[in-house]
Parts: sequence; C-alpha cells; structure tokens
Amino acid sequence: MSQHSITLTVNGTTERATVPSNMTLLTMLREVLVLTGTKNGCAAGECGACTVLLNGEPVNSCMVLAVEADGAEIVTVEGLAHSAPDKAGEAGRGHTSPVTTGETGRGHTSPVTTGEDRWGLDAIQQAFVDLTGVQCGFCTPGMLISARALLDRNPHPSEAEIKDALRGNLCRCTGYTRIVEAVKQAA
Amino acid sequence: MLPTPGLPSFDYIQPASPADVTKMLLKHDGDARLFMGGTDVFVRMRDGFITPKFLIDVKRLPGMTAIKFTKRAGLTIGAGASMNAIARHPAVVEHYPILAQAIDSVASYQLRTRATMGGNLCNASPAADTAPAAIVLGANLVLYGRRGERVVPAEKFFLAPGKTALKPGEFLLRIEISPLPKGAVGKYMKLGRNAHGDLAIVGVAVLGYPDKRAKSGYAFRIALASVAPTPIRSPQAESVLMSSPITPEVIARAATAAMETAQPISDVRSSAEYRRAMVKTLTRRALEAVVDLMHGT
Ligand code: FES
Ligand code: FES
Repeated sequence: MSQHSITLTVNGTTERATVPSNMTLLTMLREVLVLTGTKNGCAAGECGACTVLLNGEPVNSCMVLAVEADGAEIVTVEGLAHSAPDKAGEAGRGHTSPVTTGETGRGHTSPVTTGEDRWGLDAIQQAFVDLTGVQCGFCTPGMLISARALLDRNPHPSEAEIKDALRGNLCRCTGYTRIVEAVKQAA
Repeated sequence: MLPTPGLPSFDYIQPASPADVTKMLLKHDGDARLFMGGTDVFVRMRDGFITPKFLIDVKRLPGMTAIKFTKRAGLTIGAGASMNAIARHPAVVEHYPILAQAIDSVASYQLRTRATMGGNLCNASPAADTAPAAIVLGANLVLYGRRGERVVPAEKFFLAPGKTALKPGEFLLRIEISPLPKGAVGKYMKLGRNAHGDLAIVGVAVLGYPDKRAKSGYAFRIALASVAPTPIRSPQAESVLMSSPITPEVIARAATAAMETAQPISDVRSSAEYRRAMVKTLTRRALEAVVDLMHGT
C-alpha cells in the first residue's frame, strides 16, 4: 500500500506526517498526532463524534482520508479555546482540555471554574459549561465543532436551524435540550 | 465493542487528467474505483462489500468541483462539487431551489461537506435524493470515456440498483441543467424513518410550469425515489395533469397515477404497501405546494 507525505495545519500548528492510503483523518488525528479530543463513535459517518473543521467547514473526519487533508487547515476541539494548552505550547500534545466543572444554575455546589480566564474557552464551550450541555462528554467535541461552524456561517440561528445543523451529531445522554439552549446562548 | 476505524488496504491515486482516469479504470478493470466524497465508498469498503485495490480521487481534476451559472446556458455542476457548495450556491437558491431541498434532505451538514451530487447519482441507489430532482430538472450528465465526452440525460442514466449507463472506463465529469421554462417551480418531498436525514422511504420531486399547449395550462414533471429499482418518472401522473384544469380532484387522480407507477419492494425501512400509499400522499402534497407556488399564494 502506498504511503504519502503530507503537510497540514492542525489548530494553527504545521504538522508533517507520512500516512498510508487507508488511514482516515480521524485515525491520524487520534493516533499519530495524539489529539484524542476527536472521538470515534461509528467510523461510518453517522454519529458526528469525529467532526472537525476542514478548511473552515465541518466534516466527519472518519469519512476523510488523511492523505486528502494534505495542505488543509484542520481545527479540532483542542483548537477551539483561544489559549488552550496545545496552542500555548505548555503541555504535550494530546493532553485534553482541562476538566472544568460548570455552574449548573440549579444550586449545585461543585467547585466552579468559569474557565473564561484560565483557558479562554470559546463562547460555545463556555455555554456548554454554563448550561450543562455535557453529560458523559463523548459527543461533546463533535457537538462543539458543529455548533461553532453553524455560528460561523449563521451567527443568529433559529431553534430549527440549530437542530438542523446538529442533526448529524448524536447524543445518548442529554436529550439535546440543553445543547440547543447552549447554542442559543452562544449565538 | 468499538467500531473499527480502519479501512482495508488500497492505493490512493491522484490522476493527472481525465484520460488518465479512463486508462486506470480500463487497466485495473474492477480493481480500480473512483471516489468523490467517499461517504458511500468508504462505508462499503469498511463493511467488506467492495475491496478495490486502487481508489482514484477524481475531485482534484481541473473543473471537477466548479459550479457555474449563466442565464443562457443554465447551471453546470462539477461531479466533485460538494452537496453543501451546490445547495448554498446563489444561483441554485434562486433558480433551482428544488435541488437545494433535495440536498438538504441528505444525511447531515458535515456529511454533505464531503458528499457530492455526482457520487449520489453514480452510486445509482434507488433512494438517491438528488436523482428525482435531476430528472425533473431535465439534467444532462456529461460523461468522459475512451472516445471523449458524451451526454446522457439523467432520466436515462439509471439502469438498475447500483447500475448506470456508465461504460467501462467512463466516469461522470459534470451535470448540466438548462434554464428552466419560464415560471417553473419545484418541490422535493421526502419521507424517512425520522424527520431528518434518513434514507428515503419515498421521495417525490415535482416541477410545474405554465404551458399553453397543455389543456390545463400547465405542464408537470414528476419523479420518484425509493419506490422502484431505479429513480423513475411518472408519465401517467404527468399526463393526468396536462389534460384537464387543475382541481383538487385532478391532483388526487394524478397522485393515484403516480402510486400506480411505483413498483416498490419491502425492506428494512418500509413495506411495499406503505411505500405505495406514501407515494400517493407525498405526490399530492408536492403538487399542492407547486400549484400554490405557481399561483403565487
Ligand atoms: S465516528 Fe465519524 S461519524 Fe461517527
Ligand atoms: S453527553 Fe453523552 S453522548 Fe452526549
């Protein structure tokens, strides 16, 4: 099987890799670049857990060959926060974003870090924290990327437009209500 | 158990020219496959249904992702243009909204960043959402092969499930859609198992336009997805609508005629009986919507 040398930008950093023809972008991100924020839920283009931005547009990274991303600009969930460890270069790659316990708004007393100052969360991340749009978190990276992409192309989406834009992101936990609320808040 | 992320081995090929593609296809008969967005090919490879040795990425050939529109020539869509790029193209939104409706009914936004109309047509699934739209829009498919280019109307392109008019060595270069008759309006209606993005149980495309030669004053084109071995047109329903003034009763008769054109099977998505009944319902609704639009209500 042929190997291909590729160069691409991932979260603002230039990366070079040699990849076999059959490696997906998802596998390259997770296993070569150790950016494990992007999840593999189905490897069939159905669940959206693997969603990343490719040249500004969301794609299922399990449905893209790594070699096809040659020359492309990729943003993963690790690249959403404005001063994430990866971007600041303090931590090794693949360290996922810090766990931030959000204010649930219902009187829970877990320690609250708004995250805003320390990590420069993107507005959409902050909204997911504020409104508890996260339970197990497996769908969250894909949800955040799809939502970010929606807000980039349509800054004030209606509820129907939000649901439509997220229809390729399955969540088995939240029941979606809080996710839709969070996107509204971030809009 | 975690899904396997890996695809079986193959060589990824970026061809230099259309002639290159044809050469490869002929040389590696059966072992070489084209792909555009890969959203269908990759899944079928992963599931072991196909095992190509070579995957030819044709979307980087010159012009393959271009979308062009002029008032005189109409719309030209490169076979590798993404569904999202097509559905958001200003000319499509303005002049061919039925195409955007069909595309928006496919899967999810992020999948449509990759999925192409060219791939959707060439896979020749009976359920392909863009096929009935292409048929009622009178789309022409420009194919490239050993003898250069040739044109096949969308209506003649589909031969059987997964089978098209493409000959060995041939592939789709672009889709051409002429300017529509004056006053034409269209509607694509789809029923899936859920409201969003599922494969069609039934898909119905209707295009209507004023036509002095028709007794009703209007001509219609009606095409159906997912209810026959290929996407099909329903000439019976169309002629009902040509021959008498458009009333609710005539619309109902046309919907019944469309139902009678359908030869559906029962599968995991629906029984044949349900499909037939839904062809009637969706055709009626699509016709009502088109008639309303034509009357400007
Ligand atoms: S892992 Fe890509 S869509 Fe599920
Ligand atoms: S939070 Fe668990 S899948 Fe969405």
